[in-house]
Amino acid sequence: MNALRHILLRREAGILVMIALFCLAVGAAKPQFLTLDSLRIILLLTPLIMIGAMGQMLVIVARHVDLSIGSMLGFSAMVTGMMFKFYPEIWWPIGFLVSIGIGAMLGLVNGVLVTLFRLPAIIVTLGTLNLYRGLTYIVSNAKQIDRQFVPSALKSMSQTSPVFGIPWIIFISLGVALLTYYFVMHTRVGRQIFALGSNPAAAPLRGIAVTRVTLLVFTISGALSGLAGILYASRWGFVNPSNTGAGFEFQVIAAVVIGGVSINGGVGTVLGTVLGVLLLGCVAAALPLLGIPGTTQNAIYGAVILVALLIDRTVRRQGIASLSARARA
Amino acid sequence: MSAIDNPTTASAREAAPPRPLWQVIVIRPETMTLVLLILALLGASLLSPYFLDVRYILDSFTLSAEFAMVALVLTMVIIAGEIDLSPAANMALSACLFAYAQQAGIPIPIAILIGLVAGLVMGAINGLMVIRLQIPSIIVTIGTLTLYRGIAQVIAGDKSIRVPDWFTGINNVLVAGLPVPVIIFVVMSVVLGLVLGTTIFGRQIYQIGTNEVAARHAGIRSQRIKMGLFLLMGLVSAVAGMITSSRLGSVRYDLGLGGELQMVLMAMLGGTYIFGGRGTILGTFLAAWLLVIVSTGMTVANVLPAVQLVVLGVLLVVSIIATNAIYSRTQR
Repeated sequence: MNALRHILLRREAGILVMIALFCLAVGAAKPQFLTLDSLRIILLLTPLIMIGAMGQMLVIVARHVDLSIGSMLGFSAMVTGMMFKFYPEIWWPIGFLVSIGIGAMLGLVNGVLVTLFRLPAIIVTLGTLNLYRGLTYIVSNAKQIDRQFVPSALKSMSQTSPVFGIPWIIFISLGVALLTYYFVMHTRVGRQIFALGSNPAAAPLRGIAVTRVTLLVFTISGALSGLAGILYASRWGFVNPSNTGAGFEFQVIAAVVIGGVSINGGVGTVLGTVLGVLLLGCVAAALPLLGIPGTTQNAIYGAVILVALLIDRTVRRQGIASLSARARA
Repeated sequence: MSAIDNPTTASAREAAPPRPLWQVIVIRPETMTLVLLILALLGASLLSPYFLDVRYILDSFTLSAEFAMVALVLTMVIIAGEIDLSPAANMALSACLFAYAQQAGIPIPIAILIGLVAGLVMGAINGLMVIRLQIPSIIVTIGTLTLYRGIAQVIAGDKSIRVPDWFTGINNVLVAGLPVPVIIFVVMSVVLGLVLGTTIFGRQIYQIGTNEVAARHAGIRSQRIKMGLFLLMGLVSAVAGMITSSRLGSVRYDLGLGGELQMVLMAMLGGTYIFGGRGTILGTFLAAWLLVIVSTGMTVANVLPAVQLVVLGVLLVVSIIATNAIYSRTQR
């Protein structure tokens, strides 16, 4: 009984309830929503956001924010696509290394600017958001990488796999989530990210190499954006200099804050973030079924971010209130 | 007075000698902006002999005048220790509401009023979330940035809404040889510059940005002042949205897309300190011209828009680093 109470009191339970209520409500209106087919649609909508959200979660836990992930995704996808186009003889899985490596480099640049010059991450990444997007236009000469240049083996990763025909990219995103879970819960550096985010002033006093941890967090965020970049090419079969990754940051930030990651740093779980991503996926899958035009998506993401912020703030207040009540008792 | 007997303690307690007057005047971020402005003018006129044409510069300034107006208010918001990333989205939504209303047959003055009120409401939402609910303005305005532009997209769809012919072309109306948006910008700069630089209200804004807790203990109504700034931000954004729709002749949901970068860039280039408490309207005023000259210079020199995007991004980062360096020097 006590264990059940413990589970129900957790933040993640609330998100799970929200997902269940949402699905039931949509299912009541449109019964076809509660089928395996729509589960497939939801799962196919989410892998990119899931991968981006893992990186963003680490950044936000460390009390920073990374607005440039969409542009990092676009740039690394574009460079990888150009490799496929101009050097088709290269074995295609090398593309993963290229994409992830380039993303990691771009992320490292963000990290260096934030740590070395002590600049606020939001301004730095607002600048690099535009910088990387501009670079994408430059390297690509503003030309799209068309379908025929993306290797069909890469494209089929988004359609099927030997295991029950569940597409590879779903496994990859789950793998990233599991690795992130291991990283934040069972490695020293992972725990240091939380210590850094919950009290940046105390972190160096406890012997945490703040600069190194911060650099690492931004590099991971970039590398995961790079991974999302090549998976974008796999999922959609093309790379466009202006569309690819545009607005990705807002979807990801929305997912992360719904998942209960506190924008004040130091608080957040992988499970919560995964559930946040799934909730966003359910909403995105339900819109066309309910006949709501796609143009409302951005408004919904924005509203969702604000509502999640309100919830976060209320939870924080009540957490402190209940703590002080316990202290008085 | 044992401290005087002990020379080491005394000298340690003595205040640092005042910096010479010329340093106080010269070593400040606005000087950097002015020097860059002059360099940009020289560079651009070397690139193209046609560049040094006042008419042409004024014409190109009307393209960014709307962002520049908002950047002036944004400077005050940043000085007060907050930030607002939503004004460009605010411009789009208030312009869309205005255009939609007048297309639905509502008389133009009332439609304009609707747009302006919408701008105020959007500013109030930002302000309430930041001040009443104590959520950091950075993340609040990322949320409202998405929300406002999303609502504009819902209202306008993917189509563009035309505005009546007589409403268009405010950028071609000249008063005393100057385009109207430029005049509005200059007048706003003077008024806001005087408010920020010479009034008690202006000093209070600086105090809030330097140390809000201390400001509140000194009896400054910091919440009310910040709320006022967010409301002003909303109103000016709405006005800028109207001016943009008049200049373009039609309104789409992506009006002013990415404008937040340019606005933040103007404030940063003008030497506004990103952590609050420092900065001037003069700096932002100069930076607005600098930015226009840099971007038109690049256009004249046939630099691709993509490269311009890169240059703007680099400029933003470099300008913050330079401003921080100057402030950390003068603080010592």
